[in-house]
Amino acid sequence: MDNFTPLSALIGGGLIGLSATVLILFKGRIAGISGILGGALTFPLGDLGWRVLFLAGLVAGAALYNLLAPAPFVVEFDADTPLLVVAGLLVGYGSSLGSGCTSGHGVCGIARLSPRSIGATILFMAIAMATLFLMRHTGAA
Amino acid sequence: MIAAVVSFLSGLLFGLGLAVSQMINPAKVLAFLDILGDWDPSLALVMAGAVGVAAIGFTQAKKRASPVLEIEFQIPENRELDMPLVLGAALFGIGWGLVGLCPGPALAGLVAGHTESVIFVGAMLAGMLANRLIQTIRR
Repeated sequence: MDNFTPLSALIGGGLIGLSATVLILFKGRIAGISGILGGALTFPLGDLGWRVLFLAGLVAGAALYNLLAPAPFVVEFDADTPLLVVAGLLVGYGSSLGSGCTSGHGVCGIARLSPRSIGATILFMAIAMATLFLMRHTGAA
Repeated sequence: MIAAVVSFLSGLLFGLGLAVSQMINPAKVLAFLDILGDWDPSLALVMAGAVGVAAIGFTQAKKRASPVLEIEFQIPENRELDMPLVLGAALFGIGWGLVGLCPGPALAGLVAGHTESVIFVGAMLAGMLANRLIQTIRR
């Protein structure tokens, strides 16, 4: 467990919770990335602006971190192109069909005690763990 | 104008939180999902921090008739665990476990400029559009 970073995890999580708080109290919307992004893809009349602004802010937030922090954030992949494509399709299709991802179900849904979101979060976490186990520890895929 | 600032600011806090917590790094997420490997429990604390703070927001929201800047709250009322939810969450879980990326970190991580991020986001958008297309045809 030498890679455990409890303090930055709690602070970063708090910032994500604050983001959700701001969006629900002021805009009345759920801070679910797949929902906000998926909704923007169909160019809904009168409903596009805030989605684009939120997503622009999301990217700007990561860039802002690089400006303020002593070292830029790290992004490490352990995947070739076919795996990236398959995983991307599954994440996009699955979050759209299941009405949410780690933010919409995992953070906002659990925070408002939605049975749907609690069920979805337990399910996708267990399946993600099982998938990685099969990949890393059994030599499958 | 103020509504635009609030939307942008909310996204900014989210992106900053992903970078601070390192959830923007798929390797860090996989280290959490790998419970039988060299387990890194950080993601659980990110969730705890996020849910804890968001719960205050949603509790306050419940006490209000409407959000500060809009006419009404748009909160899902469906509480049933139906087939699309279960199937969608399962497929999402497989994809998440394969690479360690979900939509927020995938988008925010584009800033680091890796080709892998662009490929993943492209496929993710195609997956989202595919589901919307299928739902539209079925209707």
